[in-house]
Amino acid sequence: MPVTDAPKIVTRRLRQDRSWTLESYLADGGYQGLRKALTMTPQEIHDSVNTANILGRGGAGFEAGRKWGMLRQESPVYLTINGDESEPATFKDHALIEGDPHQLIEGALICAYVIGAAQIFLYVRGEFPLALERLQAALNDAYGYGAVGHRIFGSDFSVDIVVHPGAGAYICGEETALLESLEGKRGYPRIKPPFFPAVMGLYGAPTIVNNVETVSNLPWVLLNGGDSFAALGDGRSKGTKLLALAGHVKRPGNYELEWAKVTFRDLIFDPRLGGGIRDDNNLKAIIPGGVSSPWIGPEHLDVSLSNEAIAGIGSMAGSGSVIPMDHTTCTVRAAWRIVRFFHRESCGQCTPCREGGGWLEKVLERIEAGRGREADLDLLMDICDNISPGVAWPPAQTTICVLGPSMPPSVAAGLRMFKDEYLAHVREGRCPFPPDRLPRRLARV
Amino acid sequence: MSEDTRNEVPVRLVRRPLVTESAVGTPPPAPAASGETVNITIDGRSVEAKAGQWIIDAADEAGVYIPRFCYHPRMKPVGMCRMCLVEVEGPRGPTLMPACYNPVADGMTIHTKSDKAVKAQEGVLEFLLVNHPLDCPVCDKGGECPLQDQTLAYGPGESRFVEEKRHWEKPIPISDLVYLDRERCIQCGRCVRFADEVAGDPFIDFAERGDRTEVAIFAGQPYGSNFSGNVVQICPVGALTAKPYRFKARPWDLQQVESTCTTCAVGCRSAVQASSNEVTRLIGVDSDPVNWGWLCDKGRFAFPAAAGSTRLSVPLVREGNELVEATWGAALARAAEGLARARRSGGIGVIGGARLPNEDAYVWSKTARMVFGTDSVDAQLGDGVPAETILGLPRATIDEAARAALVITVAPDIKEELPVLYLRLRHAVREQGTQLVELTPAPTGLTPYAAETAFYRPGELAALAAAVASSEPVTGDVAGVAGATIEAVRAHVARAAEVGSPSGPPVVVVLGRPSLAESEAQVAAAAHVLAGLPGVKFLSALRRGNIHGALDFGLSPGVLPGRVGLDAGREWFEYQWGAPLPAERGFDTAAMLNESSRGRMGALVLVGADPLTDFPDSNLALRGLLGARFVVAVDTHLNASVRHADVVLPASAWAERRGTFTNVEGRITWLSQLVVEHSVSWPDWMIASELAERMGVNLAFTCLEDIWAEIERVSPLHHGVHYELLSGIRARDGVVVPADAATIAQTVTSRPLDPMADPGIASAELHRIAPSALLVTSVEMTPEPDSIDPSDHVAYPEPPPSGASGEGVPAVPRPLGAPPVPAPSGAAPLAQGLRLVTRRTMWDGGTQVQAAAQLAGLAPDPAVRVNPAVLAEMGTAEGEMVVLRSSRGKLTVPAAADASLPAGTAVLTWNLPGGSAGDLVDSAAVATTVTIEAHGGGS
Repeated sequence: MPVTDAPKIVTRRLRQDRSWTLESYLADGGYQGLRKALTMTPQEIHDSVNTANILGRGGAGFEAGRKWGMLRQESPVYLTINGDESEPATFKDHALIEGDPHQLIEGALICAYVIGAAQIFLYVRGEFPLALERLQAALNDAYGYGAVGHRIFGSDFSVDIVVHPGAGAYICGEETALLESLEGKRGYPRIKPPFFPAVMGLYGAPTIVNNVETVSNLPWVLLNGGDSFAALGDGRSKGTKLLALAGHVKRPGNYELEWAKVTFRDLIFDPRLGGGIRDDNNLKAIIPGGVSSPWIGPEHLDVSLSNEAIAGIGSMAGSGSVIPMDHTTCTVRAAWRIVRFFHRESCGQCTPCREGGGWLEKVLERIEAGRGREADLDLLMDICDNISPGVAWPPAQTTICVLGPSMPPSVAAGLRMFKDEYLAHVREGRCPFPPDRLPRRLARV
Repeated sequence: MSEDTRNEVPVRLVRRPLVTESAVGTPPPAPAASGETVNITIDGRSVEAKAGQWIIDAADEAGVYIPRFCYHPRMKPVGMCRMCLVEVEGPRGPTLMPACYNPVADGMTIHTKSDKAVKAQEGVLEFLLVNHPLDCPVCDKGGECPLQDQTLAYGPGESRFVEEKRHWEKPIPISDLVYLDRERCIQCGRCVRFADEVAGDPFIDFAERGDRTEVAIFAGQPYGSNFSGNVVQICPVGALTAKPYRFKARPWDLQQVESTCTTCAVGCRSAVQASSNEVTRLIGVDSDPVNWGWLCDKGRFAFPAAAGSTRLSVPLVREGNELVEATWGAALARAAEGLARARRSGGIGVIGGARLPNEDAYVWSKTARMVFGTDSVDAQLGDGVPAETILGLPRATIDEAARAALVITVAPDIKEELPVLYLRLRHAVREQGTQLVELTPAPTGLTPYAAETAFYRPGELAALAAAVASSEPVTGDVAGVAGATIEAVRAHVARAAEVGSPSGPPVVVVLGRPSLAESEAQVAAAAHVLAGLPGVKFLSALRRGNIHGALDFGLSPGVLPGRVGLDAGREWFEYQWGAPLPAERGFDTAAMLNESSRGRMGALVLVGADPLTDFPDSNLALRGLLGARFVVAVDTHLNASVRHADVVLPASAWAERRGTFTNVEGRITWLSQLVVEHSVSWPDWMIASELAERMGVNLAFTCLEDIWAEIERVSPLHHGVHYELLSGIRARDGVVVPADAATIAQTVTSRPLDPMADPGIASAELHRIAPSALLVTSVEMTPEPDSIDPSDHVAYPEPPPSGASGEGVPAVPRPLGAPPVPAPSGAAPLAQGLRLVTRRTMWDGGTQVQAAAQLAGLAPDPAVRVNPAVLAEMGTAEGEMVVLRSSRGKLTVPAAADASLPAGTAVLTWNLPGGSAGDLVDSAAVATTVTIEAHGGGS
């Protein structure tokens, strides 16, 4: 089957005219999933979601149905939707919120119905002004339509939704930091245990935190059944997956594809998808699952884009952001750019992340600027080791959350795959790549 | 019917929050402490631990030190610094986890020194040093720095960091007392957590991210807290420094003794440190029943007052209008002569004594009765509660109050006057499930934590208390408090009686003077009815220094040493002292001043007393002093009242002499000497002895040990409380009297000095840097330079057991019982106007604050706070000057609007430079009323 022929579950409406409006949504069967849900018992829906085996789409890949089942039985419970998508080159939720906010609202309502939440918080990245505007407008319309609020569609089910813009911190996408932020505190990830907000979450109450894409699947699952969803994909990776293709391809963008049925080669080179590397350059490496994932080389092009397959080659599918890098890419600069991001977004709580990240950034910047020493290569690895002991994947950590351990992979992969390049920087006393992209210029990006 | 009504009133329980509002992360839920013992293995050694204990605590108890920075035993763990990573064997193999927030479990195997753990610890330490400036030579923390010490013990041998360190402007003031050096900060969050979690003043927080993370104050809002010094104390690096200590000394030059702060009556344990015979610093010592290591800023920073410009150095005698320097001989002779004359004609009154250590209070009490022939002695200056009320009611300890089901405060603003007691009560409410009810005329620092606050009309406290304690149906308002509020308070009382507390009394009343403009008789009457609540105990909220020692040793009219009434103890004390006691109960301070103002007192002796400033009726105090025929002042500072004396005798101050102290609970602790006496000053007991000698009585005291031996012999309250016990190395927590033999035998200090929790505390281990030595496993206390050998002292006969007295030996007297039923207070109608409320604030015009140069400017400007409606009616804007008039005087101050105040109440802080409510208060009235008018307008 051609890779693009699978049904579009979450992106179907995105190209429709004014897809974000209630009229457009209703015209395309909007809120029918919710209406159907209200005729079912929460347990029936939960069973259906378990059948569908929807893996969390936020990066960790935890089964949504299993997460709901862990909810501590206590009142009140909260539902929080994580729309704080802030990682470089990750933009799938952005498109879903901006293009189909009602689908998100409907999915969240179905989830709230299942878990018995009377309050939903939609936590959306503050730097999505258009998404926030459309989501709030959609929410207002949904209230007016009777889909949200008191006695939804005349049923006994009542729920309120609040849209909460983030305040510019990447770390608030970490679910416990998100909860702290919602509580009005500084966005510090909470120490674990307790490991799951389902046990102790918002205001200490049991809380489900689901990703935007995860719940956006729910209306379709309700209308088409868990079986239909599970019929798509392969292994644990069921349904479709929205892949954000960025980097050095001809056609970057979001592609919803049947999960586990597509390889990196398909995604990058299929003319209907990535369309190949820009300028027909050579592919140098791929960041397969967001910038925190270990890089893979072109030899893995035929690996399937499923959670399991990517884990099998020592990396992760993450939230579905794929970044191919071509042969003009300076891997020192790439690693520096990634580390810089994570360090600057480090909440500052844990010493290894706060100080180790800053140190990595400074050493990489120095090597890139031609002032590196050969001893710096071992130093980099040891700093990485002190942030994430063993520098293995999945990472061990000395920190509260995984932001710190997100820094070593790009450094370690670079040193493993492109050690010569690091040495060239040191020995030539300059970056061997074209001078038109010196760090100074990048620093102003 | 009334039962039913009561049951229907919902109790609004202030719930322990599910999550704290801590600015730094949300701590994990504390594991349930079941009290069970579990077996764990640490570094190959099997040890027992308590179920639910954090690994780091269990390791401490096992003598295994795990390095740490952010962990503090008195705060919740946050796991930020990651220094305490240890390897714990689990189902998926050994895993690194922080020891500070993971509880032990039965069978757990922990490795603190495995290769992986050591690598992680070295890594964290190297990271901490990445941006830490190595300016140790000019850092006040150098030499007592946990970062230095733990780098030596756990850090890598060399630094691999060659990049530019982070730079910031340094240091920056974050308050009047505290400086912040952000370059040195290691972001452990101890300060931020303390400010929020312990003190409830969350005015510092983290800003920025990554390695630009910094501790910061909010824009234009300094870290104004009564407890700011504690953040300096617990800072594990030199990032936070206190102005009074900066660059004053190097730690290794400091001499240290352990002592008790006497600034207020809480009795916080502290390490006092001096350099070159000058006190330079106080560090709170963790006394488990009292202060948990915390100090308030006044206690911590007021010590420079002892060397202040108004400190008395030499005796002074009056010559005409002047006080001129004199020798001790000449001054004592003049004083003795004048007092002897006064004894014959008019009589002597002794005012004050709360500054005195216990021994001195005893000697002055004995001197007054035996030598001066007077029972007119009063350590309270009309600003307290009748002694019989405090001494006669069942007493609670601070721990009992913290564990009670319900605490009722009838007290001033505890956050200002007994600050560390506020910390304990706040903790009890937030963490221990204690409910708090306030009966107060105006909001206090505890009001945000109270389940109910009954704002009563000043002068009507007794009526409110009666309504609370009654079961009669409430009809309408009582004392200005809505009936519904009284019902709610009653519901709390009923619930406390019903539910009780597993480890404390059901109800503890914290009893003090809610307002100095309301008579103490109101408090006595309120206490009397609240004493009827089932299982109730009382915790005193009298604030002044060693006031409880003064009362326990008889510096109160009608009360003899040992909480014995004058008549009950007459036979015993006359036998013991060998002299007749005054026949009649003497005057209290108000009566003494009143008599004196009419020229009827022969002499007034001011023993550390400044009635002009402290007596809540400045007008009467002035008339009293002016009317006295002869005034002797024994004091440390030249205060307003001392200037009226005929003879001024300079006394030694705290830390210049030894002694013992009695706190709000009746807990006796040891006061150590650290520096030599200032100039030619003498301890107070010596001054009394010398006066007695010159008036013909040899008290035969040559040292404190003599005095205490006599106290043990004559005071039934102190029987068995041996001096060696109080001054010994295990006596940090002191002894609460009365104490039976079993209690005394259990007097041990549970918490060792912990230089990682409170850096700068000198313990013998501090400089022995080896991983195992950083843990202080034994109790350390600097031995007294002249610690006593009991065999050196005269053996006194044991007091005969009560009721079995030998021939001619009277029976040991019984202590005071329940206070007498107070006479119905004068129902004289109060004048029209606003009811005045006045109480103290931490920084005020008092001697301690004003004599310490760096504190003098901290006192706020005086202002009267009234409900905005009052100002609106007058057409006066906030900040404009208004004139307050009472029957006693007038005062012109700016007005401030405070919507939390009842419309009929005006609040004016006591004794601020530039205007004291004392000018308005009428001590004879049940409550002082004032009129208010715009300045320059009207009549």
